Amino acid sequence: MNDFDFDLFIGALYLVAVIFFYFGLKRLGSPKTARSGNLIASLGMLIAVVATLVDREIISFELIVAGIIIGGLIGVIMARAIKMTAMPQMVAVFDGLGGAASALVAAGVLHGNIADGTDMSVDVSVTIMIGTLIGAVTFSGSLIAFGKLQEIIATRPVTFPLQKTVSLLLFVGILAMIGYLVADPDMTVFIGLSVACLLLGILLVIPIGGADMPVVISLLNSYSGLAAASAGFVLGNVMLIIAGALVGAAGLILTQIMTKAMNRSLVNVVFGAFGAVETVSGSAAPGGEARPVREVAYEDSAVILAYARSAIFVPGYGLAVAQAQHQLKELGALIEAKGVAVKYAIHPVAGRMPGHMNVLLAEADVPYDKLYDLDQINDEFSSTDVVVVVGANDVVNPGARDDAGSPIYGMPILNVDRAGQVIVLKRSLSPGFAGIDNELFYKENTSMLFGDARESLVKVISAIEDL
Amino acid sequence: MFDSVLLIELFIFVLAVFVGFEVITKVPPTLHTPLMSGANAISGIAILGALLVAGQKDFTAGAIIGFMAVILATVNVVGGFMVTDRMLQMFKKSPVDKN
Repeated sequence: MNDFDFDLFIGALYLVAVIFFYFGLKRLGSPKTARSGNLIASLGMLIAVVATLVDREIISFELIVAGIIIGGLIGVIMARAIKMTAMPQMVAVFDGLGGAASALVAAGVLHGNIADGTDMSVDVSVTIMIGTLIGAVTFSGSLIAFGKLQEIIATRPVTFPLQKTVSLLLFVGILAMIGYLVADPDMTVFIGLSVACLLLGILLVIPIGGADMPVVISLLNSYSGLAAASAGFVLGNVMLIIAGALVGAAGLILTQIMTKAMNRSLVNVVFGAFGAVETVSGSAAPGGEARPVREVAYEDSAVILAYARSAIFVPGYGLAVAQAQHQLKELGALIEAKGVAVKYAIHPVAGRMPGHMNVLLAEADVPYDKLYDLDQINDEFSSTDVVVVVGANDVVNPGARDDAGSPIYGMPILNVDRAGQVIVLKRSLSPGFAGIDNELFYKENTSMLFGDARESLVKVISAIEDL
Repeated sequence: MFDSVLLIELFIFVLAVFVGFEVITKVPPTLHTPLMSGANAISGIAILGALLVAGQKDFTAGAIIGFMAVILATVNVVGGFMVTDRMLQMFKKSPVDKN
């Protein structure tokens, strides 16, 4: 009969969409094929949406059309307007939207079932509650992450007494409400559950510091996939389950790469409130008095750079803050023309999300084959004449390598201190986001260039041009 | 209690997670952000559920919930894929050396 044909048709299209997602993700794994991969994945999405619109459960199209037009317009505007430096915020917002959409789907299904008086089996109601929990936590957690990245909320870990106890009690309360709702579905209690889940998301992210954002963003990315998958369980829709699982896995892998690059465990990032506790009990830093650093003039930096044989640029979050990627590229091109071999060293957790620096430098037209990963370049510092550190701090802190008392001890760092000369562009001597003093700044071969990274670079560039 | 359909769905879920691990493990760091935002757009797949909820009967409260979900998921999908493309078109290799 016709009925059966429709389902078969939808299923076949879903299968095609799944294959598109697979190849899309696979092609996203190599710079040459990545753009086509993204296109293939988006076609997969289009196919899945068209297939779903054929579903006989869909009776009225007014809200759907209106929703797609409104959402599509907002999406286009956001995607076009966003600055590359603000990409972490953007990803955080999108993670949150995905989570919210999944939670709303669960809520909509529950509401429909209650309104129709449908008897829900235990597994249906349990999946609805889990979908709500994951979706709502993803949503509010992402909003907090966005607030921290946008610096609306303190980027330092925000902690209060008994925080973990409160979170734990809240979680127990959520489980109790889920238990109640499974036994006796009720919209009022469900709203209470949703609010509690939103609160939990806030509590989970707010104690996490700015430097840990790459981990949080990856984790929320994973959650947004799991939220979609759980919505798939609610609806019994295999397409959602598979796509959500793929994204969940991708986010988990990135999370793992990030925690490894910080030499920390996920549990430690999520529950550690890094940096809040450690006002550092001295460790290597001698007590109190200001230690001398060597400041360097723009003209001197220009001479050092112009007459070097090799230079490595090490960008960090400060590059994004100062939006100095174009000036850094300009400086690189300028000294390259003078015969200096220029490379860029990118620490996996430099910036606020995985690959943050790579995107910024790509925007400034730096070819990606000049960007080197930690493992690829770390042995080269000792044979490099000059290193320019632009707004990076913890990822170049030798304390992580040498000082067992340092709170970041064990974190793999870029060995910039082994280069002939190190020029550090920095706003001030303030410690990095982990709140830890940096031995690098006091070394003999280190010169500090204080000020806004972009302005400093402009001055160095013009000084080189004047040589 | 748990019927076999849910079990099959769980099998599919677990296998898809493994596939995801396999596909993504070797992505170079340069592509981490586009990979993340591309994957993020795919997580907008929740739009399918949103369509099913929004398309029911008339303007019930449930349909309104679905309507909101459609908007959010569409922003996620459209914005996610577009911004990923915007990023990826910037990634270039060094021009081949003329010397």
